[in-house]
Amino acid sequence: MALKHLTKTGQLSRFILRLDRVKVSLWLIGITFFTLIVPAAFEGLYENQQERDAMAETMANPAMTAMVGPGNLENYTTGAMTTHQMLLMTALVAGLMSILLVSRHTRGDEEDGRIELIRSLPAGRLSYLNAALVVITGTSVVLALINGFGLYALGIETMDLAGSLLYGAGLGGTALVFAGVAAVFAQLSESSRGTIGLSIGVLLFSYLFRAVTDISNESLSWLSPLGWVTKTEAYTNNNWGPIFLMVVAAAILFILANYLQSIRDLESGFLPSKPGRSTASSFLQGPLGLAWRLQRTGAFFWAIGMFVLGASYGSVMGDMESFFEGNEMLQQMLQPVEGLTLTEQFIPMLLIVMSIMATVPPVIAMNKLRGEEKKERLDHLLGRAVSRTQLMGGYLLLAVLNAFIMISLTAIGLWSAADAVMEEGLSFSMIYGAALAYLPATLVMVGLAVFLAGVLPKLTPFVWAYVLYSFFVVYLGNLMQFPEWTAKISPFGHVAQVPVEEAAFLPLFLLCVVAAALMALGLIGFRKRDISA
Amino acid sequence: MSMLKVTNLTKKFGDFKALDGVNLEVNEGEIMGFIGPNGAGKSTTIKVLLGILKATDGEVQIFGKDAWDDAVEIHKRVAYVPGDVNLWPNLTGGEVIDLFVKLRGTNHKSRRDELIEKFSLDPKKKCRTYSKGNRQKVALIAAFSSDADLYILDEPTSGLDPLMENIFQECVKDLKKQGKSVLLSSHILSEVEKLCDKVAIIRKGTIIETGTLAELRHLTRTQLLIETKKPVKNLAELKGVHDVEVKEQGLSFQVDTEELDNVLRHVSQFGVLKLESAPPTLEDLFMRHYESGDNEATPGAGGGN
Ligand SMILES: Nc1ncnc2c1ncn2[C@@H]1O[C@H](COP(=O)(O)OP(=O)(O)OP(=O)(O)O)[C@@H](O)[C@H]1O
Ligand SMILES: [Mg+2]
Repeated sequence: MALKHLTKTGQLSRFILRLDRVKVSLWLIGITFFTLIVPAAFEGLYENQQERDAMAETMANPAMTAMVGPGNLENYTTGAMTTHQMLLMTALVAGLMSILLVSRHTRGDEEDGRIELIRSLPAGRLSYLNAALVVITGTSVVLALINGFGLYALGIETMDLAGSLLYGAGLGGTALVFAGVAAVFAQLSESSRGTIGLSIGVLLFSYLFRAVTDISNESLSWLSPLGWVTKTEAYTNNNWGPIFLMVVAAAILFILANYLQSIRDLESGFLPSKPGRSTASSFLQGPLGLAWRLQRTGAFFWAIGMFVLGASYGSVMGDMESFFEGNEMLQQMLQPVEGLTLTEQFIPMLLIVMSIMATVPPVIAMNKLRGEEKKERLDHLLGRAVSRTQLMGGYLLLAVLNAFIMISLTAIGLWSAADAVMEEGLSFSMIYGAALAYLPATLVMVGLAVFLAGVLPKLTPFVWAYVLYSFFVVYLGNLMQFPEWTAKISPFGHVAQVPVEEAAFLPLFLLCVVAAALMALGLIGFRKRDISA
Repeated sequence: MSMLKVTNLTKKFGDFKALDGVNLEVNEGEIMGFIGPNGAGKSTTIKVLLGILKATDGEVQIFGKDAWDDAVEIHKRVAYVPGDVNLWPNLTGGEVIDLFVKLRGTNHKSRRDELIEKFSLDPKKKCRTYSKGNRQKVALIAAFSSDADLYILDEPTSGLDPLMENIFQECVKDLKKQGKSVLLSSHILSEVEKLCDKVAIIRKGTIIETGTLAELRHLTRTQLLIETKKPVKNLAELKGVHDVEVKEQGLSFQVDTEELDNVLRHVSQFGVLKLESAPPTLEDLFMRHYESGDNEATPGAGGGN
């Protein structure tokens, strides 16, 4: 009986693969590139074991553990180093890839009425869902294999075949688990935005849960799928258990998604649609009110997420303090900056990562304009007495406010959690000021989104590449001593690292100028071009 | 007074010329039908009129103002209904109608409620749950409850049931009584015939015919069915006679309107027992334009709206 629901799955898989061949290839190439370039660079950076051990010393603190997970610091070979510093972050990106690819071909295609067409053909009821899952499974396997064999092919002594394959399997396994998460949420949520939002929510929560439990109680990290990644201990203990867990979890999620799909109607979720207002509220009066109405739910969840992110990092501060107190050798090794505790020296690193995370919601808010254009909904507004400047200006205003609120919430989260767990606490104005210093850099990203939406609408997704680039240079730049200019290409590389460095206002001012110029160009371009999907 | 005047409008998408020298005029109080095959350029013309697409060349004026530069000013007096109504899934129909009406500035609460009643729409439902026809009703109610001078309707009834189609026609007739102007693009030719004073036919981005229905009919053929005492001779050889067919009830053929007189003189010699004539429908006219000439496909992939 079940088989008839799967008729033509093979053909549909080939069809989806054809549609996504460029996208899938780009993801695979991008992830593999980062996987391979890092150990190669480590080989150049650290000439011998002493240098690597010195690096291990600086990594041995709760803040780093929160960020990248635990690692084998006693025997810090190039292989162990790569697993410690890179595996978790890369797995996070692989999870993101799965979520985006899967939600597009499940709820995304359903929402746009394409699945309805496919269902009318002699294809089984569950065929399209499973075709999407077949494609993502294939993608995950390829990801695992090319990363595994690629790492081995680097020919680094401490990176043997078994460890390399395990490393690759960690990435592929994570991709598989989050494909399952997205497939399940595609059944529960009624929109592709909802599917993506909820799945990314689970991804970030898994990361944060692992961050907190890795420090407080490592065995609890087993509850987070991202905890499994670091528990493979590739290149040291080569644990295949977690990979097995990933495959089982993914299989369960795939089956659950199939079950949920089989018991629901097409184009509906599980919550029945409640009747709403029969008239518009006094809020929904114009383009700005509409834009806010469309974003408020998402913004609300992002706001909570940002606060939790800040608080999670903040909660690490207490552990850091006691860690430093018990370790006199380390206190001597890390030259304290005058007037700052050792703990405070880690603040810039936390802030820069958090500020890039806080850039995501305002950029989403800005890109929503192009999304509305693609769905041909802007015609309703522009066909009425709404000017283009007013329309784009509304979205821009919301994005700027969004940026301000998100970075503020991260800072408040960080400070309040740190204040609760530390003996002396931190100065709120120092933390908040240092966080706000990143606002101009975020505005440059928003400005780029405005510019692309106004002048090069087909290239709007490019802004994400720039955000991702910034994340990687900031994240890796510190670890790998990238040349200065790589960081300077990103706006985040121009912000002084308060409190370790002196606050500098000129770069911030210049970033604001760049942001304003991009926004102005975008607004002008938007007035001059065709509105079309 | 001219409400809408398009002169030599050209619109290119890359290298592809979607509109090639379109000329169109709608005067005050006039209802203009705008017809043409799929992909001919109707929606493209309308989007240029609304300042959503930018003209590559030519002049587009509404109320004597430039459709691109003065879009906002113009839109305060224009109501638009798109053919494919995409709405926000999380908003209710009532909210969308209110928003649309407010975006123009005028507010006719009583008219809105009356129209919701008339079109029997449930305004409390989320747009995601609306059928195609119901989404179209939302756009129609918003358009008809705003006090505009020019109504631009792009296939506004493609999803309506016959009952709603009637109500739509009543609403347009009301507009006509109030002296409003309407540009109505449609594939439902009977609707265009019933409502419009004038018709413009577009094909491959060029207007190939404009005029009142009477003027256009003049260019077309009348369908005749006759029964005579004696068999009719030499009918097919006469100028302006087409498609002669012998049927059970008699002889069926088409006559060019300008040759009608000659042909009737000729057949009357044979003793006419019965004569039925059908006026040329817009459909005949339309078909003639598209069957005659080349049979090649319309430009592009015949894309949507
Ligand atoms: N943004 C665009 N880019 C490229 N080509 C386009 C674009 N929009 C429309 N076209 C093309 O322009 C031509 C005219 O399209 P248009 O939508 O105006 O046709 P239409 O007369 O409204 O047809 P229909 O009756 O199917 O609604 C089509 O060939 C279409 O493919
Ligand atoms: Mg059209």
